[in-house]
Amino acid sequence: MKLESASIDDLSQILASRELSATELTTYFLNRIDARSDLNAFISVEHELALESAAEADRRLRAGDQAPLLGIPIAEKDLFCTTGGLTTAASKMLANYRSPFDSTVSLNLKQAGAVRLGKCNLDEFAMGSSNENSYFGPVKNPWDTTRVPGGSSGGSAAAVAAGLCTAATGTDTGGSIRQPAAFCGLTGLKPTYGRISRWGMIAFASSLDQAGPMTRSAADAASLLEVMAGSDHQDSTSLPEPVPPYRQLIEQSIKGRTIGVVPSLLDGVSPAIVEAYQTCQSALASQGATFREVVLPHHTHSVGAYYVIAPAECSANLARYDGVRFGHRCEDPRDLQDLYLRSREEGFGDEVKRRILVGTFALSAGYYDAYYNKAQQVRRLIQSDFISAFEDVDMILLPTTPSTAFQLGENISDPVSMYLQDIFTISANLAGLPAISFPVGQAEGLPIGLQLIGPHLDESTLLQCVHQYQQVSDWHTRTPSEPS
Amino acid sequence: MTIPTGWQVDIGLEIHAQLNTQSKIFSGSATQFGAAANSQASFVDMGLPGVLPVANQAVFEKAVQFGLGVGAEINRVSRFDRKNYFYPDLPKGYQITQMDAPIVLAGAVTIEIDGTEKVIRITRAHLEEDAGKSIHDAVDNATAIDLNRAGTPLLEIVSEPDMKSAEEAVAYARKIHQLVTYLDVCDGNMAEGSLRFDANISVRRDNAIELGTRSEIKNLNSFRFLEQAIEYEIERQVEALESGASLAQDTRLFDPDKRETRQMRSKETSTDYRYFPEPDLLPVELSEAFIQSVANGMPELPDERLARYQSSLGLSNADARLLSGERPLAQFFDTVANGVDDPKMAANWVKGDLLGKLNETEKSIASCPITPEQLIDLIKLIEAGTISGKIAKEVFQAMWTGLNVSVKDYVSREGLEQVSDVGALEPLIQRIIDANPKQADDLKAGKGKLMGFFVGQVMKETSGQANPQQVNTIIRSLLDL
Repeated sequence: MKLESASIDDLSQILASRELSATELTTYFLNRIDARSDLNAFISVEHELALESAAEADRRLRAGDQAPLLGIPIAEKDLFCTTGGLTTAASKMLANYRSPFDSTVSLNLKQAGAVRLGKCNLDEFAMGSSNENSYFGPVKNPWDTTRVPGGSSGGSAAAVAAGLCTAATGTDTGGSIRQPAAFCGLTGLKPTYGRISRWGMIAFASSLDQAGPMTRSAADAASLLEVMAGSDHQDSTSLPEPVPPYRQLIEQSIKGRTIGVVPSLLDGVSPAIVEAYQTCQSALASQGATFREVVLPHHTHSVGAYYVIAPAECSANLARYDGVRFGHRCEDPRDLQDLYLRSREEGFGDEVKRRILVGTFALSAGYYDAYYNKAQQVRRLIQSDFISAFEDVDMILLPTTPSTAFQLGENISDPVSMYLQDIFTISANLAGLPAISFPVGQAEGLPIGLQLIGPHLDESTLLQCVHQYQQVSDWHTRTPSEPS
Repeated sequence: MTIPTGWQVDIGLEIHAQLNTQSKIFSGSATQFGAAANSQASFVDMGLPGVLPVANQAVFEKAVQFGLGVGAEINRVSRFDRKNYFYPDLPKGYQITQMDAPIVLAGAVTIEIDGTEKVIRITRAHLEEDAGKSIHDAVDNATAIDLNRAGTPLLEIVSEPDMKSAEEAVAYARKIHQLVTYLDVCDGNMAEGSLRFDANISVRRDNAIELGTRSEIKNLNSFRFLEQAIEYEIERQVEALESGASLAQDTRLFDPDKRETRQMRSKETSTDYRYFPEPDLLPVELSEAFIQSVANGMPELPDERLARYQSSLGLSNADARLLSGERPLAQFFDTVANGVDDPKMAANWVKGDLLGKLNETEKSIASCPITPEQLIDLIKLIEAGTISGKIAKEVFQAMWTGLNVSVKDYVSREGLEQVSDVGALEPLIQRIIDANPKQADDLKAGKGKLMGFFVGQVMKETSGQANPQQVNTIIRSLLDL
């Protein structure tokens, strides 16, 4: 068995049987990370911290600790606040920032025994669909290094796909887990809004942001989600419902489940993806699922609504980066105004500035009703579309992306075509629903991902469905070739 | 000050009351005043990346208490919004406040000016967080920021422009101060900024229907400054309009040294705050049961107490007003009045001797060296005839300085009980009559004034311990009056 593509269950067994220690496993992965620095998947590789955690995991293993992720090597998107190293959000603004506290997600993973190897690259403040908007440079897709890994959780996706860690955390505001998962051949889950605490996750758009796991398989995603999820008194929007035993529940059959399909939305989607959409249905049908057409009448308005609401919220969320208390501060400010203007001008990249400007405009007196209020109206309509659809079906199958991974630089000068990358993913964020992308094929050596969207808090069914699909397919086990 | 002839004034106040919760509105930090700079600023208060606000449930109870205290409707579902602006002491770059859906809806209070009552309408009251403090003179060439105050809960109480003079505005401000301290939702400490006023002032010709162009004077932190600022502003606006100038809406600051207001910003340069719903907080849903439980726990309000003092205790309006004015004094008085037979005597002692002494020594009722229980003991001794009123005043002085025994023991230790024993007094009085035959004859002949002379002599001989009533009776009997 190759350690770099082993599942969490396999590694847990290896560790429990003392075949390998957590320290040996960690060293193995740290070496792989160092060997693949060309991918630029990590902003910081935390060698020392990781080995300390591994030593602690070994102690716990010896003591018979049964923690679910004990010794499992993971990586975290550098949007989660962690102590002991840097937390940058891939921004010059926070290039040297050290958080004095850990995010709830990071703490949960730590308590479960996971060993964090480092912090993954991303689009600055999670704004982007290609991971080209990072102050620390673009991330490359391990399947083809001339292509993007997707974004914003591009570093996390590249790291898992290249076997630099077993699993990674991502965040998804408009598709930032699912789109890179699709581009890199991974399973990526965006849970129900509020399922995972946002405490310590640097905010982009608060009403849409949600953390989630990025893994090779649904089984690994279930293991990670079980640890990451839960209510948190530090996040008022976190949901109080108890966390189900996802890893156990996914073993159930999907016989009798009804899956909604939306043929009307497939126009403009690349033929290979449309074909994969059909093939996947056959595979799921062989598992006992039935299919039914549904309509999502307002789906096409989701991108427009999203690019008002998300920038509006980000324009406020990013106001704290003013050079006064932490983060980048310009040299020798003349006065307060100069301090603000130059610190922010120098500290933020173009895409971040673009969104702050758009959001500020959308909230301005005289425009608020036409933009922000209208977008909120659209959001409610999209939510009710889903509610109606879920009266007939258990989940909805959609492409994750309109195409496979595009070339680095291909869309960077055209924000709108970049924004349209998110056309299939955004609606789940607007509706706050769980959605999972999973690998279903390849086109010209590049992974294809499809997406299942489920009802509120029904992560179990999504994971179950993908897990059952992964029992009869092997796309999730395929790995990109490595440079010799 | 009188309003200039031919003009009317319209004043509305926005009052920021700091709610006296133990911790801040959206973080667990303490709210204590005067702590070392930034020692009460948590990660949330500093607005660090990744932090989230969590509402302190205690602020909802206090806001509802206030709402019920002004007879307002309580909003069953209120919401928080973000108010966006950049300032160094505003760590997040936005203030969390309530714009569209405040927790307290319309209510009213009654003020009294020279015996005439007037209703002032309250538009709304909403919850928000305070900003930090910029300190401009602590560090050379730099402004220092203290975030201890950042996140302190505020209730912003907004009135209708119902006040027609500085006097009415001050009366309203005092009324709110009285109410929030009575309800114990705010400590009312103006010197520490617990209550701050923004005054919206406009003037119009007597016959005008529309309100004039208003100026808002920000951040007045005493009743006196509020009064002075309004008076200055009325004069300034009337003068300008009478000289043919036009006024533009603006925001002004009051300079207490120069006693004038000056422009801070004009409407043209005013900030667009880009309010929008705060996505990090859920709507505040208040159940009927919660509101009912707050209603059940409401203390007696000032107006209710004032009425009770007059109707049940038989106090005059002036005495009742004085004694019910502040909750700590009213509570002191209530204890005393409940512990003695004659509430009027209790009222006289509290408003007279006690308040007099407190004023003289510039002490508040909270630091009064005499407890209500001691005052009850003293009044009971008077009521029982054990000591005279005159002696009681001396005992009161001793109580003020501090007794190390009970009032009763002190009186007996010092031998201050009245002499009411006929056997003891009669020979003494006979001796005094014998020593003053002329005065005795005159009194007998009808010069009633001389009774005082004899009583005085007896009191002198007994060092004031004789019961004057008793002395009077004995003199009359000895002289066959």
